Amino acid sequence: MSATVPMPSRLTLFWRSFSENRGAVFGLGLMVVLIIVAALADVLALHTPIEQFRENFLTPPAWDVEGNWHFPLGTDDVGRDMLSRLIYGARLSLMIGFSVVAVALLTGTTLGLTAAFAGGMVDVFIMRLVDVILVFPSLLLAIVVVAILGPGMFNAMLAVAVVTLPGYIRLSRASALVELNRDYVTATRAAGASTVRLMFDTVLPNCMAPLIVHATLGFSTAILDAAALGFLGLGAQPPTPEWGTMLAGALQYYQRAWWVLAFPGFAILMTVLAFNLFGDGLRDALDPKLKR
Amino acid sequence: MLIVPTFIGVTLLSFTLIHLVPGDPIEARVGERGIAPERLAALRHEFGYDQPLWKQFVDYEVQVVHGDLGVSVVTRQTVWSEFLTLFPATIELAFCAIGFAVLIGIPLGVVAALRRGTAFDYGLMGASVTGASMPIFWWGLMMILVFSVGFGWTPVSGRVSDMFFVEPWSGFMLIDCWWSDDDGACRSTVSHLILPTIVLGTIPLANFARMTRSAMLEVLGEDYIRTARAKGLSGMRVTVVHALRNALIPVVTVIGLSVGGLLGGAILTETIFAWPGVGHWIIESIQRRDYPVLQGGTLLIAIIVIGVNLGVDMLYSVLNPRIRR
Repeated sequence: MSATVPMPSRLTLFWRSFSENRGAVFGLGLMVVLIIVAALADVLALHTPIEQFRENFLTPPAWDVEGNWHFPLGTDDVGRDMLSRLIYGARLSLMIGFSVVAVALLTGTTLGLTAAFAGGMVDVFIMRLVDVILVFPSLLLAIVVVAILGPGMFNAMLAVAVVTLPGYIRLSRASALVELNRDYVTATRAAGASTVRLMFDTVLPNCMAPLIVHATLGFSTAILDAAALGFLGLGAQPPTPEWGTMLAGALQYYQRAWWVLAFPGFAILMTVLAFNLFGDGLRDALDPKLKR
Repeated sequence: MLIVPTFIGVTLLSFTLIHLVPGDPIEARVGERGIAPERLAALRHEFGYDQPLWKQFVDYEVQVVHGDLGVSVVTRQTVWSEFLTLFPATIELAFCAIGFAVLIGIPLGVVAALRRGTAFDYGLMGASVTGASMPIFWWGLMMILVFSVGFGWTPVSGRVSDMFFVEPWSGFMLIDCWWSDDDGACRSTVSHLILPTIVLGTIPLANFARMTRSAMLEVLGEDYIRTARAKGLSGMRVTVVHALRNALIPVVTVIGLSVGGLLGGAILTETIFAWPGVGHWIIESIQRRDYPVLQGGTLLIAIIVIGVNLGVDMLYSVLNPRIRR
C-alpha cells in the first residue's frame, strides 16, 4: 500500500501563504510584542504611569549625558517616567482598538445582515444611512460626535465606532446577499430554521473572511483616530497615559525636550503599522482571488 | 438622483447631532456662569431654539437651501461669510498636498511596477505602508522639530510672515503675492507652505504610490502592451502612452475619493501649523462652544465632499470609454 499524503490542514495552508509575505510576518511579530508588553505592563514598567518625580522633570533618555537608567526614556514635564507611561499606553491602545472593533463589528454586521435579509424599505433606510455617514470625513464626524457628547475616552471610542460602521455594514450586506441565493440557505430555510438562525448561524460564518480582514485593518484606524482625538484634547484626559493625549501634553515642551514628543508618536506609528501589515497579509492569504 | 436624499440625510444628521447637546446650544455656550433667565429666553428666541423640534428642522432645511447657515454665537458673523474668508486657505493647502502627492507618488509607483521585485520596489512598498500608517499630527510636529527648530529652514506656523502685508485679493496667498509682485512675500508664502504640504500630502502620497504600482502591474500584463512592444515602440512610449494612461483610470478615482480624508487631515494639519483655514476654525468652534459654526462648517464640508464625489463619477466616465453609453 502506498503511503497516503495527508491533505495539509486549512491552518497549515493559511500559514504557508501568509508567511510568504515578509511584511505580514513582521507585522505579526510587532503585534505579539505589543500584546506581551500590554499584558505584562505591571511587571515591565519601572514606575506607575502617574507617579510624579518632581525633582527629575524633563530628564533626557538614559543614553544622554544628563540621563540616568532610573528613567530609560526620560521623564515628562512633571517627572513621570516616559517608558512606564508608554507601556501602560500600549495596554490602553489595544483596549481601545479591541473595544471599537468589537462594537463596530457587532453592530455593523447585525445591521448589514438585517439589510440583506429584510430588503425593501429597511434595506434602503440602512444603506442611505451608510451613504450619509460616508459623506463626512471620518475624523470630522468623530470630532463632532465627541464635541457633542463631551470629551473623554469612552465617548471617543463610541465616536470612532460610529464612524467606522459603514464598512462593516456594506461588507456583511454584500456577502450575505451572495450567500442568500445559495442552495444550502434555501435548504436550511425549507427545513424550518428561523430568520435569526439563518442570519447568524447559517449565513454569517460564510461571510467571515472579508469581515475579519476589515476588522484587523479597523484596529489601526481605531487606534489612529482615537489618538488623534486624544491629541485634539477630545479623547482620553490627562493624566491617562494614552499616546495621543501624551502628545497633546508635550506641545508646550517639545522644543526643549524632544523625547516627550518623539516616543509616544513613534509608538502610535508602530502599532498602526503592525495591524496594517498583518491585515494586508491576512487579506492576501484569506482571499485566493487576490493571490499572485 | 441619489443626491437629494443624501443631502436631506446629511442635513438631518447635522441637525440631530447639534440637538443632542445637553440643554441647548445657548445654554451650553453660557455654561456654568449662568445669565439672567430673561436674557437666556431672549437669546433662545433669537436663535429659534424655543420652537418645537420639527419646526426647527423645517426652518433649518429651508434656511440651508437658501444658503443661510446661521450666525456664529461668538462673533455674530454669518457662518457662510466666515467660511468664505477661511476656505481659500484650506483649498490652497489641500491643492498643494494633492499636487505633491500626485507628482511624487505616481512616478514612484510607475518605477516600482517597472522594477518589480527589486530593492527599490520593496523599499518603496515598505515606505508606503509606513506612510499610510502615519499619525500625521505627530509627523507634523517632528517635521517642525527637525526643519524649523533644528535647522531653522522653515517657519513654524502661519501662512505668511507678519513683515509682509499682501492685499487679500483672491484669498489664495500664492496668487495674491504673485500679483503683488513682492518677492519677499512670495518667498515667505512658499516657505510657510512647504511643511504643511508635506505633512498633509504624506498619506495620499503613500496611497497613490501603492495604487499606481498595482494598477501598472495589472496593465503591463495585458495583451495590448505586448502588441505595442512587438510593434517595436520605444519602452518610454509603451510605458507612458499605453500603460500609464490606462493605469491612471483607477488612480484618478482614488485621488477623488481621498478628498474626504484630506479634509479630515486638514483639521490636524491646520491645528499644528496654526493655518488659518476651515479645519482650524472648526476645532476653535468646539473650544468656544460655538455650535452654529460647528454645525454649519461640518455641513459645508459634507456638501463639498458630495460635490467632489459627483465630479469624480463624471470624470471617470470621461476617462474610461468602456463605461460610456
